[in-house]
Amino acid sequence: MSWRSKAQLSTMWLILLLAVAAPWLGMYPVLGMRIMSFALFACAFNLMAGYTGLISFGHAALFGGAGYVTGLALTSWGWPTPAGIMFGVFVALVIGLAMGVLAVRRYGIYFSMVTLALAQIVYFYCLQADFTGGEDGLQGIPRGTLFGLSLQSDRVMYYVMLVVFVASWWFIRRIVRSPFGQILQAVRENEPRAISLGYRVNRYKLGMFLLSAGFAGLAGAMKAVIMGFETLTDVHWSTSGMVILLTLVGGLGTDLGPILGAVIITVLEEKMGAIGHFLEHITGVHWFASLNDNVSMINGAIFVLCVLLFRRGIVGTFNARWGGARAASG
Amino acid sequence: MKFRHVALAAVLTLGFATAAQAQVKGPVKIGFITDMSGVYSSLDGPGGTAAIKMAIHDFGGSVLGRKIELVTFDHQSKADLAAAKAKEFFSQDGVDMLIGGTNSGAMLAIEPLAAQYKKPFIVIGAGASTIVGKQCNGYTSLYAYNTTALARVTAGAVIKHGGRSWYFLTADYAFGKALEVDATKVVEADGGKVLGHVMAPLGASNFSSYMLQAQASGADVLALANAGGDAANSIKQATQFGVTKKMKLAGLLLFITDIHSVGLPAAQGLYLTAPWYWNLNAESRAWSKRFYAQMNAMPSFSQAGDYSAALSYLKAVKAAGTTDGAKVMAELHKMKVNDMFIHNGSMRPSGLMIHDMYLMQVKTPAESKEPWDYYNVVQTVPGNEAFGPAAAYGCPLDK
Repeated sequence: MSWRSKAQLSTMWLILLLAVAAPWLGMYPVLGMRIMSFALFACAFNLMAGYTGLISFGHAALFGGAGYVTGLALTSWGWPTPAGIMFGVFVALVIGLAMGVLAVRRYGIYFSMVTLALAQIVYFYCLQADFTGGEDGLQGIPRGTLFGLSLQSDRVMYYVMLVVFVASWWFIRRIVRSPFGQILQAVRENEPRAISLGYRVNRYKLGMFLLSAGFAGLAGAMKAVIMGFETLTDVHWSTSGMVILLTLVGGLGTDLGPILGAVIITVLEEKMGAIGHFLEHITGVHWFASLNDNVSMINGAIFVLCVLLFRRGIVGTFNARWGGARAASG
Repeated sequence: MKFRHVALAAVLTLGFATAAQAQVKGPVKIGFITDMSGVYSSLDGPGGTAAIKMAIHDFGGSVLGRKIELVTFDHQSKADLAAAKAKEFFSQDGVDMLIGGTNSGAMLAIEPLAAQYKKPFIVIGAGASTIVGKQCNGYTSLYAYNTTALARVTAGAVIKHGGRSWYFLTADYAFGKALEVDATKVVEADGGKVLGHVMAPLGASNFSSYMLQAQASGADVLALANAGGDAANSIKQATQFGVTKKMKLAGLLLFITDIHSVGLPAAQGLYLTAPWYWNLNAESRAWSKRFYAQMNAMPSFSQAGDYSAALSYLKAVKAAGTTDGAKVMAELHKMKVNDMFIHNGSMRPSGLMIHDMYLMQVKTPAESKEPWDYYNVVQTVPGNEAFGPAAAYGCPLDK
């Protein structure tokens, strides 16, 4: 085992240890759970964008769509929580299949546009359907129980989410390193060559799209259960934009990038006020207090800086500089 | 390092403990969650923060011998951010009450948390009637207005002023349909007729075909069951198509900022309803001048509502002698509210604040004497008539 993979492995263990200990170190569990659901969503997106080279602009439909049907199953039909979540994933797969079949025939911007158009159909359906509550959203989704364990407590829910997240993340990592994942990376690098080697690339792409849809759906379903409600924000195109932001800031096509991106953006969204007050306190500049009101602007600035200065994202740049040959080539 | 922090904290604590015996329980904290940077931030946002600060200042800065503090948060119109922060406010930051701003989805997401933590939650900027419907919980109040009242008052008053037959231009989703239903009930109850309606998708930019249908209907009144950008676009195009020559326009949910963006030439003569207007009377004018000096814009009714909500809460705390949520809510339910913003106010058990509403007609450019001088008050409508019977809301606490 090279020093690099050793270092990578120990980083991962360290992150896991931190995540396990976080609620006892004073981190607010709901923040942690939101970070994990967005991180899982970004990992799912990364499967498509990072390892297959297809930027979907419609992942919100999978994320929010799953959230809505999970909410519907738990509130109106009274299903048990795991069944509701599985139903959410199933619906995300169905939407993903419909989107994927049409979209994988196209490349680049056309792929993005097809996915965006289909996602807008889902958005307008959710806006008008009776069960979603339109603008008001769907409230009062019960957390219920898992194998007899009540999920009411935030800490219990946190650890359940952590298990789901780590398992999914590990599974995604396995997919990327499987022969299937390697073929898709080959397609990303040189599609005509992959075709000439006899691979039916569209089927592989569709397969990856479905996997990505399933995990995006899982993230959305978990988020609906955690928060107890679902709103139009999650199916809106701006959420598709946000997941691109998360992944690009963290590092496209890296294992840890989407997680780091989710941590940075979510914490900024929620803690900008506190950070602003802290800066105001130590520097005495009143302007910092207004940071609270300008979070979207700061996110935008981060995105611009990221694209201008380190295009591989934080983790990607780190890997390229200190990570040795493999990352540097990709 | 650690030791130094602990030592420092200990010294500071000792210092404060001796210096301020009265403040053993720390400050009374008011939370404010709204859209600070998005499309609705001009309606509420930083102006709302300024208004609440004015209320704290006017109340004297402290209550029950404890300092009053304000903490704010920008929910960016995302319900999950709003709810996560509200939970943190209540469970970790010791916030005693919360004022809710725009975005009904976000407010409905916070609502159950208020009951869970037994803290008063007063909604101002959002107007979904469902907040005080089946979801009502005794800790949440809908204080400034709701969409039902706006639609009812406009419909009822326009009929009295001669608009007998109606045609609706409705935004094609739950909110638009609800507005249409609320207004239709009043129109039909008062002997008017609804000749038809046309549904326009949310965010439509071209209303020409809808305007032609509206004109062809031969109705007296074109009612706009939409909001925000849709409402502004439909008003402009109604004027351009000459619809306003034969028909009266009635806006079912319009804010002064919408009129400001459309401009008086297009909006003149339009009927709309508001709970408050800066140029209503001497008291509101005086307050608005103070607000203008800080914010360089006239206050919207949401911002005036934020001020009034903070003031009423502080009065209730003083009367109850405690910040205990249940006792303060009981006091708020008992109180008769009369201030710069609310006239003849009292709270129903559901938490719906009942108070006078005003039917406005937008001035012609010639009538308007100064910037933001947009409305003529046509009629004052008493609260119970404006908000309608409690039974229609379906809150189990109202009986």
